[in-house]
Amino acid sequence: MSGSALTYAIVDGVLTGSVYALMATGLTLIFGVMDIINIAQGIFVVLGAYLSYAIQLHWGIDPFVGLFITIPTLFVVGIVVERGFMARLKGPEKTAMSILVTYAVSLLIEGSLNMIFSVNDVQISAWYVNQSFKLFGVYFAYIYVFGFILAVVLLTALWVLLYRTRFGASVRASLADQTAAALIGINVKRVATICFGIGTAVTAAGGMVFGATNAFNASSSYDLISRLLTIIVLGGMGSLGGALVASIGMVMLEDVVGVVWSPIWSTMTFFIVLVIVLSLRPQGLFGKQLARTA
Amino acid sequence: MRHWSRAAWALGLVALALFPVVVTNPAYTTIGVFTLIYMACATSWNMFSGYTGYIALGSAVSYGVGAYTMALVSIHANMAPGASMFWLAPLGGLLATLVALPIGAIALRVRRHTFVVITIAIFFVFQLTAINVGFTGSTSGLILPFISWNESYYNVPFYYVALGLVIFATVLSAIVRRSRFGLQMLAIRDDEDRALGLGVHTTAVKLTGFALAQFTIGMAGALYAMFVGQIFPQFVFDPLFDVSIALMAFLGGLGTLFGPLLGALILESFQQWLTLSFSNSSLYLILFGALFLLVILFMPQGIVVFVRDRVTRRSAREKAAVAAAETTLAGSGA
Repeated sequence: MSGSALTYAIVDGVLTGSVYALMATGLTLIFGVMDIINIAQGIFVVLGAYLSYAIQLHWGIDPFVGLFITIPTLFVVGIVVERGFMARLKGPEKTAMSILVTYAVSLLIEGSLNMIFSVNDVQISAWYVNQSFKLFGVYFAYIYVFGFILAVVLLTALWVLLYRTRFGASVRASLADQTAAALIGINVKRVATICFGIGTAVTAAGGMVFGATNAFNASSSYDLISRLLTIIVLGGMGSLGGALVASIGMVMLEDVVGVVWSPIWSTMTFFIVLVIVLSLRPQGLFGKQLARTA
Repeated sequence: MRHWSRAAWALGLVALALFPVVVTNPAYTTIGVFTLIYMACATSWNMFSGYTGYIALGSAVSYGVGAYTMALVSIHANMAPGASMFWLAPLGGLLATLVALPIGAIALRVRRHTFVVITIAIFFVFQLTAINVGFTGSTSGLILPFISWNESYYNVPFYYVALGLVIFATVLSAIVRRSRFGLQMLAIRDDEDRALGLGVHTTAVKLTGFALAQFTIGMAGALYAMFVGQIFPQFVFDPLFDVSIALMAFLGGLGTLFGPLLGALILESFQQWLTLSFSNSSLYLILFGALFLLVILFMPQGIVVFVRDRVTRRSAREKAAVAAAETTLAGSGA
């Protein structure tokens, strides 16, 4: 393997991986606080991408500026889905039911997006998508760096929110033990609703970068959700740091395999690593030991 | 009560057996074949996931393995197109079971929540592999030996073989439920740690149940491939299949014997009718998604349990009323 290919893999791993980390953090946060597996995360990313695409097309608003519209929009979508459907789920089969419900939500959005935008691929275009620069001997479009900066800013904001505020303390308490959190007076239901909103709001940013770096349509969500699920299982479900490490590691590995063997096999890498990690460490890299999960 | 239930089962079976005799329009018997295939799959899925509470969302792997067994063997062995191809279905089922053993061994290392996610991830491995490797025909698919049965007659053999599959899955599911092995699965569903403490070999029970459930699904996949005559990786390894059969079991009643049959009967016939009536696939997605949401939100415990609860509540109320009346009578008599 040539040196520049390795450099490419590392740089792309950090740049693209951080965007995946943003999307995966939302997913793992929702699981950790609510025991809900949000299959709709993939279609939310695509929805975020289409929103950015549409407001640029019709109103001429730059996708990065447009985030001030799309992030709040997806936050509200998340709140509505949580209040409307997730809050009604109870009982021992809650997690399984949440998969079915979010899958249904996903089908509804997929059908609607197909109707509005047709099934033809589109891609967000801007000067920073078309122009590139040289980094460590490899050419990158500016969007990769801008996307990376955006992801870092949002992840930092999320970190501050979770580790430096009172609300964050109640989120972390709910992550650790929902019953105990409720007993010391935390409104776990309200925390859950807001977390679901935050978890979907980050997909607006992730989706914008995804839509600028890939041609997409509504069915891109299947590929996205399978990657994101693999990432959060690898990192340990409910672990925020695990999601970050697994995202960057996996994108790097995928690039290396793509260069050394063939791009066809690079997507497979995801799953082969998953199988290996689970055989050695079933709870994921940073997961809590799963004892007595009813 | 027991007599009633036996009569209902017999009546249902007779109705299913007579369907192609009464309805001869191929458009409707096609719906019948698909519905029976899904009834068999949902029942078999329920035999593991409903009994143990481990929701598997990668059943399309078994369906795909069965379908490709049928396609590849019939093509490469130059089989004479016709009824002899039905014998490949058990082979497809067997291969699906064998493939499920290593999958189960990995996925069952974790508890419920993570298990669901891992089955989804493993499903995508198979889908991607099937699309990427050459022998599956990739995205252009494979064409099976063409069966030149008369159009008015074509569906009938498939219908009865599929009905046989439904009976097989239901009887197997009933036997398992009454066996020691079935009780062990139910114990795992109720409290896995306690079951382990009481001496149930939980891992072995789960793995056996998981692999056993794939047999019928593999056979159904093989039958599907033979029925439609051409298969594509993206349609036999379909995420919608995974979720559909789970939804059917949930709709009818998870863990019950009759529930998955009822759920599949309602949902699959409705789905096929939607496909017939609306050529617009986006509208179809929206309708299916909406139906899906309504079912889960308003009848989370499934139709069978929902109805049973109503009936028990009413008979309890009647008993209470009778008792109250007797008390009043006794009071006035005194």
